[in-house]
Amino acid sequence: MSGMNSVAAAPEPLLRVDRLSVEFAGRKGVAPVLNDVSFEVAAGETVCLVGESGCGKSMTALAIMRLIPEPGRINTGVIQLRGADLAKYSVPEMRRIRGNKISMIFQEPMTALNPVYTVGDQICEPLRLHQGLSREEARTRAIDILRSVEIPAPERRIDEYPHQLSGGMRQRVMIAMALACDPDVLIADEPTTALDVTVQAQIFDLLRAQQQRRGTAIVMITHDMGAVSEMSDRVVVMYGGRVVEEGLTSEILESPKHPYTVGLIACLPELDPAPSLDRPDLPEIPGVVPSVWQRGVGCPFADRCTRVMPKCRQDFPPAFQTGPTQKVSCWLYEEQS
Amino acid sequence: MTQSTVAATAPPAAPAVKPPGQWREALRIFCRNPSAVFGFFLLLAIVAIAVLGPMLMEADPFELVAPPMDPPGSEFAILGSDYLGRDVLTGLIFGGRATLLVGVVAALLSVFIGVVVGALAGYYGGWVDEALMRITEFFQVLPALLFAMVLVTLFSPTLWTISIAIGVVSWTGTARLARGEFLRLKQLDYILAERVIGASSGRIIWKVILPNAVAPLIVSATLAVGTAILFEAGLSFLGLGDPNMMSWGLMIGNSRPYILTAWWAVTLPGVAIFLTVLAVSLIGDGLNDAFNPRLRERA
Repeated sequence: MSGMNSVAAAPEPLLRVDRLSVEFAGRKGVAPVLNDVSFEVAAGETVCLVGESGCGKSMTALAIMRLIPEPGRINTGVIQLRGADLAKYSVPEMRRIRGNKISMIFQEPMTALNPVYTVGDQICEPLRLHQGLSREEARTRAIDILRSVEIPAPERRIDEYPHQLSGGMRQRVMIAMALACDPDVLIADEPTTALDVTVQAQIFDLLRAQQQRRGTAIVMITHDMGAVSEMSDRVVVMYGGRVVEEGLTSEILESPKHPYTVGLIACLPELDPAPSLDRPDLPEIPGVVPSVWQRGVGCPFADRCTRVMPKCRQDFPPAFQTGPTQKVSCWLYEEQS
Repeated sequence: MTQSTVAATAPPAAPAVKPPGQWREALRIFCRNPSAVFGFFLLLAIVAIAVLGPMLMEADPFELVAPPMDPPGSEFAILGSDYLGRDVLTGLIFGGRATLLVGVVAALLSVFIGVVVGALAGYYGGWVDEALMRITEFFQVLPALLFAMVLVTLFSPTLWTISIAIGVVSWTGTARLARGEFLRLKQLDYILAERVIGASSGRIIWKVILPNAVAPLIVSATLAVGTAILFEAGLSFLGLGDPNMMSWGLMIGNSRPYILTAWWAVTLPGVAIFLTVLAVSLIGDGLNDAFNPRLRERA
């Protein structure tokens, strides 16, 4: 981690996840879901966690919130928010952190709002829980917050129910809820996957504006490389519950090193100004993410990797520094570093 | 019950003036259902008679006012008298109170126990679920009427012990229903969103999940009233009712030996019970249709 701190661009981290391991205990034994996941996020910075389904992105987010579903648990590791280790917090202490210092927005605005309460009730809730505001104070604040997420006529919208709002509007309400208490860290779990492209751009603008205003650190989970290039400062690529590559977004997108990252970026369709019939097929990465029960000792990507070596199946490689900010966990780069 | 009814019927800052779409829609479908509306007015009439009748009448249902077994239409008793000469009409009016009260109290108790057990089992899962569901099964396999009889005989039969006995034996269905709803709802995103905000488990159970599960529970509570009235009648018929409180079941039970000579003293309270349970069931059925989205196209 020391290499990271020496980079001039990286200020003091607000959130630091260090060698986090999460495992699920089941009848068949213990399955490692996250292995030695480490990354940092500074104030005002956006870090994207990238990878396909099942590689541990959402689990990382839930682990930071300490909301891993049963029977999972944090095995080892440190989750530091402004230097304090959240992994050691008690349940009531953690409740004061959630929604207050760290909040989260979800992929599906359709299902992430409670259908029986008004928008106002739901935004007021964190304010009343964490800041002890009265009903009237909370309502006034909620209207301000709705206005700041650019919801038209907030005085009227506040008394509406979620089913009366469009998808984009609901996602704004979600963001308003998450930002109500001015959190230090906002975790966005695929915030735009369920929205169409124009609304997606508006939501990104909104998140960026809020970030500049308040210096919020954003951890964005996505599998959409377009969203990565648009939003993030740094990228953390995950595969099979491990961080396989990380670095500044520009550096990773220009010269991906890990075979998995190379594959992910190659999968992106390019806008071709002159479509032709002999355009090559989009490349794909063969195979699927191995289940948590099938992960052996070596690199989890070994079975799908085109450049696999015998060593890959024996040990998971440490992170090798391959660029100013880029670190890759792949044996291919052992000599370079 | 107070906690759950409050959470169920009055979400904070959402007065009845602006019901969520689901409720308004349900009300509309309910009003279009002729049998449900009929049931509603029938029950309204029965409740009005039972509540207002004893207030307006100076009478004692136990008083001997006519010759024994006077048939209906006589000058002393319009609907006849029983084997002791007590007025059947007065009995019907006064007995409705006890019957309805037992029905409502027992149903509330049964729904309360059922919702608490089902909510905790469904929300916490794991060993809590296992333990509570085994207890539920224990109550389910006991013959309900027999168990209620044991409870009533153990404690002296009063209105309250009868209500409690009926409530204690009839909550298992509601518990299973509530558990199912909680199992379904607890994995939805907005429950996770609520935890992300920092809400406690108690808050999530009572103020977040329960209001979303309330529609099927209302249906179940309505139907429980009908079941409880039948239970009360059954207990009274077997001579286990409160002997100092006139109820329809007691009237039937007392006049049972004379059914061939004074049919009216048994039949008329029976018709009263039949109409009440019918009204409650029609309402319950109407609510079920109104709240069940899969049945909506039909309405």
